[in-house]
Order: sequence, then C-alpha cells, then structure tokens
Amino acid sequence: MDLAYYPGCTLKTRAKNFETSALAVMSALGINLVELPRWNCCGTVYSLAEDDLIHHVAAVRNLIRVKEQGKNKVVTLCAFCYNTLKRANLVMKDSPDKRFAINTFMDEEPDYAGEVETVHLLQVLRDDVGWEKIAGRVKHPLKGLKIAGYYGCTLLRPQSVAIDSVERPTILQDLLKALGSTAVDFPFATECCGAFQIVNNRDIITERTSAIFGSAVKNGVEAIAVSCPLCEYNLRQTQSSTKQPQSGVPAMPTLYFTQLMALAFGLDSAVCGFEENSPETRTWLKSKRLIS
Amino acid sequence: MRVELSSKKLRSDFVKKIAELSGQNLYLCYQCGKCSAGCPMGFAMDILPNQIVRLVQLGLEEDIANSKTVWLCASCLTCTARCPRGVDLSRVMEALRLLTLRKNKNYVEPSKIPPETVADLPQIALVSGFRKLTS
Repeated sequence: MDLAYYPGCTLKTRAKNFETSALAVMSALGINLVELPRWNCCGTVYSLAEDDLIHHVAAVRNLIRVKEQGKNKVVTLCAFCYNTLKRANLVMKDSPDKRFAINTFMDEEPDYAGEVETVHLLQVLRDDVGWEKIAGRVKHPLKGLKIAGYYGCTLLRPQSVAIDSVERPTILQDLLKALGSTAVDFPFATECCGAFQIVNNRDIITERTSAIFGSAVKNGVEAIAVSCPLCEYNLRQTQSSTKQPQSGVPAMPTLYFTQLMALAFGLDSAVCGFEENSPETRTWLKSKRLIS
Repeated sequence: MRVELSSKKLRSDFVKKIAELSGQNLYLCYQCGKCSAGCPMGFAMDILPNQIVRLVQLGLEEDIANSKTVWLCASCLTCTARCPRGVDLSRVMEALRLLTLRKNKNYVEPSKIPPETVADLPQIALVSGFRKLTS
C-alpha cells in the first residue's frame, strides 16, 4: 500500500533518525510512505488570530499538492506539521468566508475545499495496520523494558484534531505493549515541554523537562518514547549529562517510537540513526543488548 | 492589587480588538481558575492566565502590557482543552501578543540569539518561536 507522506523541514535535518526509522518500519509492514513532490514548510504553528489568513496559505498549499496526487489522505511524522495541516484543513472545510479569501489569494492554485485528511503515523499504525499485526511482526520483543509514552501537545490538542483521548491517551502505550514492552503511564505524559520557548528561554525548558523526567523516574520509567521532534530536542538538550551539567535534570533515554519499532522488528539498527540520540540513550540500549 | 475601573476602559477599543482578533466571548469566563491550574508555564508567570482574562474584561491594557505572561505562553492549549466555559484562551493570548507584534515590536531579537544555538535548534523551534515572538 502506498500512502502520501509529508515530511516537513525538521525531519530532513534535526530528526533524520525519525524519518529513516519510520520509513523502514512501515516498509516492513508493507506500507510505502511516498514523499510528496514540491512540499513546503507548513508554517509550524497554526495561526490563532481570526484575521490572520496568510499564515494558513503554506499549509493549504501542501494539501493541494496531496490532492494533485489523486490522494485524499496524507501522513505526517512530525507532530507540529500534523497539527498545522489538520487545523488549516478544518478552516478550509468549515469556514466558507475564509476558504473563499484563501482560494482567491492563491489564484495560481486550483480551488481547495478541505478534501484532504491529515493523519499522524500513530493513527495509521492503530487504524490501518492494527496492534495485532504489529505484534505479529515483532522478532525481538522489548520484554521487561519499562517505557513510557510522552505525547506532548500537538497530537492531542485541541480536541478537534486529537488522535486519541485529550486527557487520557493510550495510543503510544498500546504500541509499546504490542512491541512487548511494559508500557508505563505517568502523570506528565501529556504535559507541555515548553516547546518553542527554547529559542529564548532555555531555563524555563529545563524547569519543565526536570518535572517531566522527575515524574517518569518516580513511576519507574527507564526510557521515554516520543513522537514530536521538538519534544525530543528539548528533552535531550536539557539533560544533566549533556548540555546542562548543573541543571540537576536526571538523564533519561529518549527515543522516537519508530526507533523502538525498528529494534523490536529486528531491523538493521543503522536505520535508527542512534548517533543522533543522547549518549545515555545509546548506553541504555547497549546495556539492554538492543544495539552492539 | 489596586485597580481603577472606568466605563471608558470597559468600553475601550482594546476590549473590542481582543474580542475580534481572538474570536472569543471573554465574558463567558467565570474565573474558576482551571486554565491557571493546568498551565505548564504558570510557575514563571507574574499574572496568571485567568487573571489576564479578568484584566481584558476590565480593559486594563497597561497591566497586561507590563506583564510577561503572554510571552511565556507556549500555545500548548491545555487551558483551551479544559475551559468549562469553552473560552479558547490560547486565542486570547495570541491576540494580546499581536497587539504588540503588529506595531513592529519584537519580543525576541533574532540577531541576538547566538549563531551556535540557531545552528543547533530544529526548524520547528525556530519558525514557531519567531512566529510567536517576533513581528
């Protein structure tokens, strides 16, 4: 099965390991993620002001590229892209005045009325593949490993684009269980890491990640599975053993869920790009004999 | 905190502008404080999110302008998801930021961010940070 795939900027630079691992595990499940031609940056954040239509244009342009492929569905890996594309599509679908203004402004493009559904890879895994099929593909179950899913914000909020329950999601834990691990729930699973405040205020991010890691440690978590490249960056960059030795933030292995899938599927660990992860992630993987 | 109320402020352009930009009816808020209780940035704010709503209702523009609160909001939408009155506070925060940004005033100066930080940050951090904090 072929699915249209929108990578977004970060997947091509700072989160290459997310992309390479995702493409490999999906291929192992018989699904080809076909990268869209001529995609552009989605704008990263959905515009929240009523009169700010210009910032929806970048997202809508990508959705038009999907429609041109004869597809009505596009898959994203990046949680920010997912949210921005999905919300911009709701504007085009539900708001006739805004749709008219945006279509008129983009007069070089065909008219668009919200025909393309944006889905996150986790939804494809749950709804199209199914946990049973994933469990059936596992060659090296992640048995005994206590891993927590950390959802962040943009896959769950607002309600209109949530891929699972806003307050008590289970989609990541369900995947982790299918991979054979002991999925652990912890109170900070849906708490914000501080997101783009990292640009201006690293201390505030450290406060947040410290609370997130602290809660994970208290709940016996030994590694965290993430789905957002900005969460991954913020969690990795504020750990005590890397950039902030004085911060007191505990070190905690942090991996993309697709990297854990690749390991459980017994794929060549080269597809995981673990050199991009934190040193403690690699140390932990070695101690569990998941990589050599 | 001592505040001066006046009908002039209550009916000011500021109140109308925020309602228009955010698309929100701010008078729905009954000050339960759920937004502030769940705000991940609340610990660093000088004025809490529910207090911001009250200040907007009363037209106290200067008090908001003198606070860092709207610049600490990370648009995580926890408040939006939990508001029992259906107020999308993330849109109110955005409207308040835009009042400054649309006067061509940056909250963050991109040129002052160290080049090595820019080189290291993922694009989603840079683009969203600049979208939210620069004009």
